[in-house]
Amino acid sequence: MITDFEILETMKMFNEQHLDIRTITMGISLMDCAASSVEESCDKIYDKILRYAGKLVETGEAISKKYGVPIIHKRISVTPIAIVAAACNTSDYTPFAKTLDRAAKECGVNFVGGFSALVQKGYTNSDMKLINSIPEALASTDYVCSSVNLASTRTGINMDAVADMGRIIKKTAELTSEKDALGCAKLVVFANAPEDNPFMAGAFLGPGEPECVINVGISGPGVVKHALESVKGADLGTVAETIKKAAFKITRVGELVAREASERLHVPFGIIDLSLAPTPAVGDSVARLLEEFGLEECGTWGTTAALAMLNDAVKKGGIMASSYVGGLSGAFIPVSEDEGMIAAAASGALRLEKLEAMTCVCSVGLDMIAIPGDTTAETISGIIADEMALGTFNNKTTAVRLIPVPGKGVGDKVEFGGLLGYAPIMEVNKASCADFIHRGGRIPAPIHSMRN
Amino acid sequence: MESDKNTAVISVIGKDRVGIIAGVSALLCKNNININDISQTILDDIFTMIMLVDLKDNDIENSDITEQLNKLGEELGVAITIQHTDLFNRMHRI
Repeated sequence: MITDFEILETMKMFNEQHLDIRTITMGISLMDCAASSVEESCDKIYDKILRYAGKLVETGEAISKKYGVPIIHKRISVTPIAIVAAACNTSDYTPFAKTLDRAAKECGVNFVGGFSALVQKGYTNSDMKLINSIPEALASTDYVCSSVNLASTRTGINMDAVADMGRIIKKTAELTSEKDALGCAKLVVFANAPEDNPFMAGAFLGPGEPECVINVGISGPGVVKHALESVKGADLGTVAETIKKAAFKITRVGELVAREASERLHVPFGIIDLSLAPTPAVGDSVARLLEEFGLEECGTWGTTAALAMLNDAVKKGGIMASSYVGGLSGAFIPVSEDEGMIAAAASGALRLEKLEAMTCVCSVGLDMIAIPGDTTAETISGIIADEMALGTFNNKTTAVRLIPVPGKGVGDKVEFGGLLGYAPIMEVNKASCADFIHRGGRIPAPIHSMRN
Repeated sequence: MESDKNTAVISVIGKDRVGIIAGVSALLCKNNININDISQTILDDIFTMIMLVDLKDNDIENSDITEQLNKLGEELGVAITIQHTDLFNRMHRI
């Protein structure tokens, strides 16, 4: 029998602490949509997405009502378009992005991920075409997200692609300059990208995934922060235990929703991604949660240690709650999407270099960071290279989502609206790394890739 | 996994006044929903009631029971929610 205390605790999590299911993401394989003509391939893609995901939104809403659990997003991830479009006689992949956009709108979802390429070891001709199509694709669509995997622990870092992506990010910013480079908020580069991630902008359905699958991303920094408020001054062992318990409960809600969605849609359940994903709303911040550890401001000394512990305890609690945990799983540290991070960046307590250190122990990487518009493509590539090295050599997923805002510099602010939030422009080290980036080639895989 | 029982938890929270239990009970009766258990306390002037109900043939998402309870909550000046019991079992029991 469930006690009144447990019922009231659950209700507070939803009503006051912003617990929600962040996203139900349906992964749809587009492997069978290849054709030599662009029109034929796009028609197949559109029809298939509608056939599989046509009922996704209404199913999500029904589950939300049954359990009284907010389900914020319903989304779609697809096979990397560089694979699907490889057989087409075209050099411009923008029509594929437009097709995904149209299908997403028709289904009522708010993002579709998978305008992607996996180039950690090198380019196929199709990968090259896709990457060159990214700026136009993101500028001419609303809901399409793009990602490129540039590195992995097994293969090393494709530095030619790192150099190219610096230029592509700049170009995407230019083409969407009237919206403060919003296109860059829909573009992420990875090391060790997971193939089952339900979160945008990096969601795609990897080649090893099934025909169709339901992955669920949960959230709840507010719940963990609230739990920590009840153990003020206690030692860190108690803090870890408290985080684990909160993460367990959050993950169980996610699993309940995932299994029910999978059953109703007749689609297998893939994974729960138990990430703490902040929003710009007050009370839903990972930075404020870190400050609850005893830090005056996020970004000060001790932040990395606190984040490491948080990330690990969230995973440990979640692993107990569901056998199928995957995706990114951990604590996200985006700047513009987190009220506390925004405040810390604006006050100067949180700097880009500190964020880089934090990405060694968080679940992903440098995320939603606005930088001056005059930052060179080489410098952006340098930032990406460092982040790829952290992922590749430490055997973890890392990513970069930078927004070089045209016409803006340090001291200015940029506003994306909604869940993407707003951010102060952060200072970037100006010393050149251009000669390093121009070398090109591949950084060999680390010694610990030799696991055979 | 989840129980086969089609039960739900209804919670009512707000300022105490005459007729809260009567109002909620009458609405449930009208919808052929049976009350299995009620607990009620007043904490710091806040009326808190938790009901375990048997939904019988009703289901939450395909009926307007949520909307009816919300409307009644507005009239009585309290917050009423209804959530399937599986949620609580899942969250609080291994």
